Amino acid sequence: MSEFDFQGERETWGDLGRKALRNRSFFIGALITGSVLFMALLSFFWTPFDVTALDIPNKLHWPDAVNWLGTDHFGRDVFSMLMVGARNSIAVAIVAVSIGMAIGVPLGAAAAASRSWGSDVIMRTNDFIFAFPSLLLAVLFTAIFGPSAINAMIAIGIFNIPVFARLAHGGSLALWQREFILSAQTSGKSRVRITVEHIMPNLLNILIVQGTIQFSLGILIEAGLSYLGLGTQPPDPSWGKMLSEAQTMMYFASYLAIFPGIAIVFAVLGLNLLGDGLRDIFDPKLRRGR
Amino acid sequence: MITFIFFLRRIAFSSVTLFVASIVIFAIIQILPGDPAQLILGMNAQADTLAALREQMGLNAPFYSRYFEWVLGIMVGDFGTSYTYSVPVSELILERLWISLPLAVMALSLSTLIAIPAGVIAASRHNKWPDVSIMGFTQLGIAIPNFWFAMLLVLVFAIKLQWMPAGGFAGWDAGIGAGILSLTLPAIALALPQASILARIMRSALLDVLAEDYMRTARAKGLTERMTLWRHGVRNAFIPVLTILGLQFSFLIAGTIIIENIFYLPGLGRLIFQAIAQRDLIVLQGLVLLLVAAVIFINLLVDAAYAMVDPRIKRAYHE
Repeated sequence: MSEFDFQGERETWGDLGRKALRNRSFFIGALITGSVLFMALLSFFWTPFDVTALDIPNKLHWPDAVNWLGTDHFGRDVFSMLMVGARNSIAVAIVAVSIGMAIGVPLGAAAAASRSWGSDVIMRTNDFIFAFPSLLLAVLFTAIFGPSAINAMIAIGIFNIPVFARLAHGGSLALWQREFILSAQTSGKSRVRITVEHIMPNLLNILIVQGTIQFSLGILIEAGLSYLGLGTQPPDPSWGKMLSEAQTMMYFASYLAIFPGIAIVFAVLGLNLLGDGLRDIFDPKLRRGR
Repeated sequence: MITFIFFLRRIAFSSVTLFVASIVIFAIIQILPGDPAQLILGMNAQADTLAALREQMGLNAPFYSRYFEWVLGIMVGDFGTSYTYSVPVSELILERLWISLPLAVMALSLSTLIAIPAGVIAASRHNKWPDVSIMGFTQLGIAIPNFWFAMLLVLVFAIKLQWMPAGGFAGWDAGIGAGILSLTLPAIALALPQASILARIMRSALLDVLAEDYMRTARAKGLTERMTLWRHGVRNAFIPVLTILGLQFSFLIAGTIIIENIFYLPGLGRLIFQAIAQRDLIVLQGLVLLLVAAVIFINLLVDAAYAMVDPRIKRAYHE
């Protein structure tokens, strides 16, 4: 399969660093992602206003010098809410990607290493989960176990498992054909040991790239779930929730519908650019499966 | 003969998947908290009335017998009766399908109509300004959540310009034009991210094909640049595009859940939502099974389509 092309010399961190500086996607992506992360971290220590404090007399103020992005129907500062919302989005996406990687990668690598009926079972189960539309799965899951940020993390995480399992499976299969793996086998190493010592480190690149993509998808799905009222719960601000509240007020406070959306686009765009850049840096020939 | 066996195997595999899916869906939905009988009768219902209704609804029967009753019913087109609407589930679904299906078809056609030419233009002007700007747009298109895009469309075209309705559906009886008009904004909102992904796939697939030796041969035998592009290039690039189109169908289904809520369209997506809120389990499990079946069926069609386009795939399947 040309999808996983591991040919070529191994590069040093110095080579990768020089490539990173020259790559425009990586640079812009890292800048955007960095600033979103910074805002999220900053919100733990400081926000312009307290996001839990209601200030009804100051409700629905259009953006001005005091409230940079205006206030909502409870008089809460939109900019502060966006900062805290970033924190929630990122937390959900990170945990969801971690669940997907922690379960999916070992499953995929094991399936590639064993090539018994067990590996068939793993990969068929994978195809099976893929048959369920991801958001439908997440909606069902949160409907059963109750709407909350934690359940949103798990629901998105489950949908990430087959993605990483497939990637690890395809990548490992290609690696098992390589000469250095054959020589490790000849030297008497067990399949488990080869997987841990030789396969995993070589999968790291494609996993990081896919991780970035799934991270951005996680932010999108979390926003969708929160929009439907199934994700982060009030009073915790979240970008999706802010948009659904804004919808009923679009006729007189359109700014409320604009800024949270821009925040989502900003975060997702940054991560996608970062992912594209990383892919070019790690291996110019590496192509995404999907 | 090989083709025939190939299809038989694919159909068998899809059927098994569907069968397992039905068990999983039934099991998941039956553990949803909330007692449907209680929901119908209200919180003040007498214990014996509740017990009687549960008995009548068949909720006391063991898990497996309820499952088989449900599945056997579906095989003859009987999806059961909705707890809240007291009408056959099949009727409910069929009625809603007349909104969701045209919506999905409109969105898919729109995204294909935009994405294919955009991808072809980008690939044939590789690294020049049309390519760079199209790629920039698609990057943005992928990052915009469709529900936010929907809100922006409403803001501009319904609230400011007042060209289109902000939501709701008058029904096809009110005229096909009015129906299509109320589905236009939702279809555009659904199509945007799909078109962005599809255009990128079209571009990269075409770039791969353009690098092939047979493209040079085609030019060498005197075909014009345009004929080479369309007759040999675009045609061969279609295989990965087809795969993604199949995958997109499942994203489209998921997308309707949100989009139909934004535009207050009484389609399948809204029905799922209402069924969850009202604990109308029989509607929910029928709907989810139907959607999963649709995804499996579409993927089967896609496989079949490109086994016909590319004979190598058939052979690979046998090895």
